[in-house]
Amino acid sequence: MEHNHKPIPVKHRYFTPGVIGIAIVAAFGMVFLLARFLFGLGAVTNLDNFYPWGIWIGLDVAAGVALAAGGFTTAALGHIWHRDKYEVLVRPALLTAMLGYTFVALSVVTDIGRWYSVWHPLIMWNGNSALFEVGICVMTYLTVLYIEFLPMVTERFMGRVNLPGFLKVFNKIVDKILHVLDRTLNKVMFVFIIAGVVLSCLHQSSIGTLMIIAGPKMHPLWQTPVLPLLFLLSAFAVGFPMVIMESLASSRSFGMKPEKDVLSSLARFVGPLLGIYLAFKIGDMFIRESFVYLAELNTASIMFTIEMVVGVIIPLRMFLSPAVRASSAGLFIASILVIFGVLLNRFNNFVIAYDPPYTDTSYFPSIGEIAVTLGFVALEILLFRAFVMIFPIISQPVKSTIQKAKYAIKGA
Amino acid sequence: MGKQTRRDFLKVTAAIGGTAAGITALTPKQAKAASPEILSEDRMGVLVDTTVCIGCRRCEWMCKKVHGYDAGDIETYSNEEVFGRMRRPQNEGYTVLNRYDNTKNPITPYHVKVQCMHCDRPACVSACIVGAFTKTEKGAVIWDTDKCIGCRYCMVACPFQIPTFEYDKAIEPDIRKCDFCYERTAEGLLPGCVDICPVEALTYGKRRDLITIAEKRMKLYPDRYINRIFGHTEVGGTSWMYLAGKDFSELDFPKLSDAPAPGVSESIQHGIFAYFVPPLALYALLGGIMWVTKNKEKKSGEEE
Repeated sequence: MEHNHKPIPVKHRYFTPGVIGIAIVAAFGMVFLLARFLFGLGAVTNLDNFYPWGIWIGLDVAAGVALAAGGFTTAALGHIWHRDKYEVLVRPALLTAMLGYTFVALSVVTDIGRWYSVWHPLIMWNGNSALFEVGICVMTYLTVLYIEFLPMVTERFMGRVNLPGFLKVFNKIVDKILHVLDRTLNKVMFVFIIAGVVLSCLHQSSIGTLMIIAGPKMHPLWQTPVLPLLFLLSAFAVGFPMVIMESLASSRSFGMKPEKDVLSSLARFVGPLLGIYLAFKIGDMFIRESFVYLAELNTASIMFTIEMVVGVIIPLRMFLSPAVRASSAGLFIASILVIFGVLLNRFNNFVIAYDPPYTDTSYFPSIGEIAVTLGFVALEILLFRAFVMIFPIISQPVKSTIQKAKYAIKGA
Repeated sequence: MGKQTRRDFLKVTAAIGGTAAGITALTPKQAKAASPEILSEDRMGVLVDTTVCIGCRRCEWMCKKVHGYDAGDIETYSNEEVFGRMRRPQNEGYTVLNRYDNTKNPITPYHVKVQCMHCDRPACVSACIVGAFTKTEKGAVIWDTDKCIGCRYCMVACPFQIPTFEYDKAIEPDIRKCDFCYERTAEGLLPGCVDICPVEALTYGKRRDLITIAEKRMKLYPDRYINRIFGHTEVGGTSWMYLAGKDFSELDFPKLSDAPAPGVSESIQHGIFAYFVPPLALYALLGGIMWVTKNKEKKSGEEE
């Protein structure tokens, strides 16, 4: 249907007042990041022997992975189920996933004590460890994401290679490499598309397995053997809202018309996906009879209630309403609520639910931890903006009506 | 994917299948690494009698000394002010004593020695991302610091909250915990704390013998002990076991079931990855869907 739409680099001013604000947040975070690498984890974080994991794992890694789910859910819809209508959303979603996972990897490097040993799991295996599974899957999937992004690089630079200065002599050879790459990728890309979805399903669920080994140290409202399933289902549910939120936000930022009808029909999937998640969550609560803990008034019960009501039930109702799905504002708010719900769920699982013995104090993130987390988010936004201005990612109307995305994955 | 043929599809799919089968053939043995069968029947343990301990804290001094930390003057350890608050093992000192009231006989309070329990089915061994932890045949749970990446998942996993971490170091921060004096016992020496204990509150020996000794003591002095050995069955059994004069929960021992700590997460892990069948099945399913929907699209295109 979008035959006169084609992904091309966005032409827009890079710096606006908002972007400068985001750049300041990023710079502020990088100061604390530097301090962490110079003086150690203890100097910047509030972590201790009782609370070994904080928001860098709970938000940056666990929530970061969940919120990058737009990449594999959209790829599955557009390229595996061949719903061509959603083709226009695949590239932005892929870029988000690629940047998202890159920052997940950076967060892991930031959080682990011996960051220079981050490659150890590649050769030192422990098949019993859920963290090992997550580590290997995330590394592999990140590679797959970079490969899936390559067609956008070849499309942008094929026949247009123009290296500066003495590098000019390499122009021809680089162009040749791009051509070979383009031809090869075209043939094998389907392998990586399916692999990306399988890998995502594996580690999205395994992140849920992580906290199971903490056993009774984790609050019974969240501790359940079906955590991996709940994590996977919530990742399915948050994928499309992320794509919708980003599409609306970038349209607004670049002053373009949002792909309203595509987004509205994509939003039809969200209600059922959220509903399945909610059903399993409530079912689990009744089977384990963990609802008794909701009768107590404490941080855990309040956080659980907010997570379920604001993050799942309200947006579920909103996404089921055709009127909400038809309006940009409704779509935006409902999507933000789902994203907030999943973010809070990961935070609750890794931070709020974790209640170690032998200490009366509780963990609260330090200014440094919060600054680094916000800084990474800000950097990601800045990079996303830069990428859509360099590479053909966002579909825009073009004058010629016969032109079509030449290197799109689907059948020509 | 315009030029891609069915033959390409089959070729690449077969290649993936072959690789996966290769990986599958290699991994099952590894996956069984933490099974209890590797444990020797003659594995060693320590029986801690909290009713005998006098709280002299010489074990704390000795622990620091044998691990090469600045232990200070042994006389300063008779200072009892430290019992004013509950302490935990530290990066430089893998064991501490805590004092609890004895209501039956107030002049002889109970002292609980805290250190790694050296579980028979340790959560840290199961959790460690690089497999740096090992449960040795003889009973000790030790770790290879050269493998460690400092992720601190062992600290999250440990049901006794034992491992500590050097948060103040920017380079080579280490995980620390009691190593059951692995090197000393290999040379035939006693673990440091057991060696120095002046009242034999700590008994080092084969775990099965220690259980017999503990049962005998409980039978001989039913007024002195409650009828329970902590560590006999908790989290699948531990190498260090305790006798006590009052309920273990009043002595700050965690309430734990007899199921091994890593049991649930390991069965989930191995369920999801049972010989790589579920991931491969998902791959095949998605590949099938991709192929079918693509052909459907092509057909409808031809009809137009």
